[in-house]
Amino acid sequence: MPAVQETVERVRALDVDQYKYGFVTDIESEKAPKGLSEDTIRYISAKKNEPEWMLEWRLEAYRRWLTMVEPTWARVSYPKIDFQDYYYYSQPKAAPKSIDEIDPEILKTYEKLGIPLRERDALLGIENSGGSKVAVDAVFDSVSVATTFKAELASAGVIFMPISEAIREHPDLVKTYLGSVVPVSDNFYATLNSAVFSDGSFVYIPKGVRCPMELSTYFRINERNTGQFERTLIIADEGAYVSYLEGCTAPQRDENQLHAAVVELVALKDAQIKYSTVQNWYPGDKDGKGGIYNFVTKRGDCRGDNSKISWTQVETGSAITWKYPSCILRGDNSQGEFYSIAISNGYQQVDSGTKMIHLGKNTSSRIISKGIAAGHSENTYRGQVSAHRKATGARNFTNCDSLLIGDQCGAHTVPYMEAKNASAQFEHEATTSKISEDQLFYCLQRGLGPEEAVALIVNGFVRDVLQQLPMEFAVEAQKLIAVSLEGSVG
Amino acid sequence: MTIPVRPARTPAEDAIAATLQARLAVAAGQGGLEGRLGELSADALEAFRAHGLPNRRVEEWKYTDLRAAVRDFPPLAGTPGPAQEAEAAALALDVPHAARLLFVSGALARGASDFAGLPAGVSALPLDAATASNNPLLDRIGSLQPDRYDGALALNTGFLGEGLVVTVEAGIKAAKPVHLAHVFPAGEAVAGFTRTVVVVGEGAELTLVESFTGREGVAYQANHAMELVVGDGATVNLVRLQEEGAAALHLGTLMVELGRAAKLNVFSLVQGAALSRHSVYGRFQGTGTNLGVRGATLLKGRQHADTSMFIDHAVAGCESRELFKTVLSDESHGVFQGKIVVRRDAQKTDGRMMSQSLLLSDNAEMDNKPELEIFADDVQCGHGATVGTLDDKMLFYLRSRGLPLKEAERLLIQAFVGEAVEFVEDEALREVLIARMVAWLEKRAA
Repeated sequence: MPAVQETVERVRALDVDQYKYGFVTDIESEKAPKGLSEDTIRYISAKKNEPEWMLEWRLEAYRRWLTMVEPTWARVSYPKIDFQDYYYYSQPKAAPKSIDEIDPEILKTYEKLGIPLRERDALLGIENSGGSKVAVDAVFDSVSVATTFKAELASAGVIFMPISEAIREHPDLVKTYLGSVVPVSDNFYATLNSAVFSDGSFVYIPKGVRCPMELSTYFRINERNTGQFERTLIIADEGAYVSYLEGCTAPQRDENQLHAAVVELVALKDAQIKYSTVQNWYPGDKDGKGGIYNFVTKRGDCRGDNSKISWTQVETGSAITWKYPSCILRGDNSQGEFYSIAISNGYQQVDSGTKMIHLGKNTSSRIISKGIAAGHSENTYRGQVSAHRKATGARNFTNCDSLLIGDQCGAHTVPYMEAKNASAQFEHEATTSKISEDQLFYCLQRGLGPEEAVALIVNGFVRDVLQQLPMEFAVEAQKLIAVSLEGSVG
Repeated sequence: MTIPVRPARTPAEDAIAATLQARLAVAAGQGGLEGRLGELSADALEAFRAHGLPNRRVEEWKYTDLRAAVRDFPPLAGTPGPAQEAEAAALALDVPHAARLLFVSGALARGASDFAGLPAGVSALPLDAATASNNPLLDRIGSLQPDRYDGALALNTGFLGEGLVVTVEAGIKAAKPVHLAHVFPAGEAVAGFTRTVVVVGEGAELTLVESFTGREGVAYQANHAMELVVGDGATVNLVRLQEEGAAALHLGTLMVELGRAAKLNVFSLVQGAALSRHSVYGRFQGTGTNLGVRGATLLKGRQHADTSMFIDHAVAGCESRELFKTVLSDESHGVFQGKIVVRRDAQKTDGRMMSQSLLLSDNAEMDNKPELEIFADDVQCGHGATVGTLDDKMLFYLRSRGLPLKEAERLLIQAFVGEAVEFVEDEALREVLIARMVAWLEKRAA
């Protein structure tokens, strides 16, 4: 089996250090004192000029968190986290008033990452390429440094701003929806996030509005020993539509940094939210040293009838991923979708999947998950589909496939299917295999080189999911997949 | 020996621990439970004290919470009298041409068992006789126990005493099936524990039938465990029929070890008991083996049935097939959990697992958890699970051909479970199973 042999050799030679976003931006930053206490929370809240109710909300979450224990059910292992060893808040020193005042170092960072923050540049890009516009909220460590196209969005009635601003400017909306999908005490990391979250995006699409452009947030952890705790809240009012993209990177560091985000989506009657993530946090080096711990709670609530929430994720980074974007299908005829590509290499550990909770009538959900494990990594799909007593006509289709590249990795599937209604129709199928010799042979016989052949087959394997990504991201994702598997499949 | 005292949890757990303790103490007064059985029992008591009855916080028992379901612990069954033996013999399932060994409330009924009729090359030794003669096969007991604590199995081990050691000599093709009939006759609710060890020699062949029946309305607790060793190149067909009384608790554990090129074909029909759990632990020890575990579960009323499997592919080149069909009516609750583990060295593994269920009522519930845990890259593994109800179009078709609704439903359900029964190779046995299913379906249609 020469092809397998070659794959194995390439995996061995693989150097995860080729992470190309591993640079550090050297800027002065202002940090909260190290460690976590009520004072840290007061500090964060004061930095953000938050109203009193927000501080109370945080403190209550913190007190709750103190009584909770870290979950251990996921199939990941890591040394015990010392929560007192992190900085919970870090911001670049000179706070910018407008986009022109942003520290040029940060602008450079985003340029390196390929994220245009200046609308002018973005517009130029459009003229050249004919592509569509994307509004970007850039979060650097604990603060949002810039949000583009704010004015244009505002004319459509769309609110797109850092959540810290929204708390001050739209307290009613925030009060109504914050914590309504992911309750404060939902789980250990969500509660921690509720106590110390620093920034993130807030999106509100008013009734009947189709958001005129893609919204996007770019998260970047820069500072050493910091945790990033962002909080995103997206509300699509009746009949609204929004497509939101999220990207993440971090510098290469030896220590493990913590990222514990909470994302809440609310879709009211006839609304539709499409949420796409390309997660490329630093995965650690080839020996498994360093990397981001990505412990994220993402949940969407299809609150109104005929609403739809669609999650698409491409997971290539992070040392450890613990992430289950879920849908609560509360409204009648609501739909939930989850498309995922999770690629693990080196010593990465991924435990990811989704939950589809069918509560309303005639709800449907679809789960397509593709896991690719290479190197010494462990890749687990963990998902739950449940139909409650009154969820007549619930429908689910789940397909999770795993591909193993090399013999030192593991691929696992842990699905839970719970049906409490006779009219529920659930189908689940899962397969695990390696790249078939027959397919390889066929491609080689047609004149493709072994690397091209493997790339072609892997691309075919993940195609179902890639198709779901907005075009701007699909291109990036495709590149990412190639980079992530570089050396293992070519 | 000091045993740490654990604070009380539920009255049933206390009663179980006290009964276990008393039993060990009595045995100690008589010179102790001898040898291996005594050691295993004491260890099991200790484990039970530490963990208690399995509950929903234990992942493997997530959907079957014994701590909540088991409210009390009835007294242990005594030695059956002749009247009970006669009643039990009448209640036992009739399997044509089989040599029947009868257990009454968990205890072997020597007088009513057909030891003389065992096929040539097959021997069955009561557990106490094996203990008295210090039979080397006793070392097999507990050898296939899973590493993780299994509460049902711990109880069975704690109350070790009744049971059989069955052996099939190498190269022997048993001329007729061996039927182990477990019956709980009328009377007070009791708890009965049985352990069977079956060792099938190299190249031998055996068809084994286990049946579990009992009186309706008696809240007895039956706990049975079997350790089955299938030797190199041997073939075993195991058919299990669980038709316990509707108030009963049934806990069954099957532990299997398969030698090189061995073949085991298990079929399990579950229709009885208020609450039942069937755990299967399969371990591959040699390459080229073939394991098939299939079953059908038909439930009504408020019955709860759980089938959980742990298939461990430890060596290369083995094949496993699992197919389970569950039919749920009324307020019944079906559970299927299956886990296929493929270890690093188990290249060329071929594993397929499928669980399909039919919900016939809005108040029924089905929980599926088919798991794959794979560490080898050159494998083909898949699992599937479906939940649904009868197809309206098919029903309409049959009705348009003049079949009444109930009859049409019966036919479709029979076809649905029939796909699994087909794999029972012995025709006479297949007929017995189909007859039991048809009886269930007719009762439902009536």
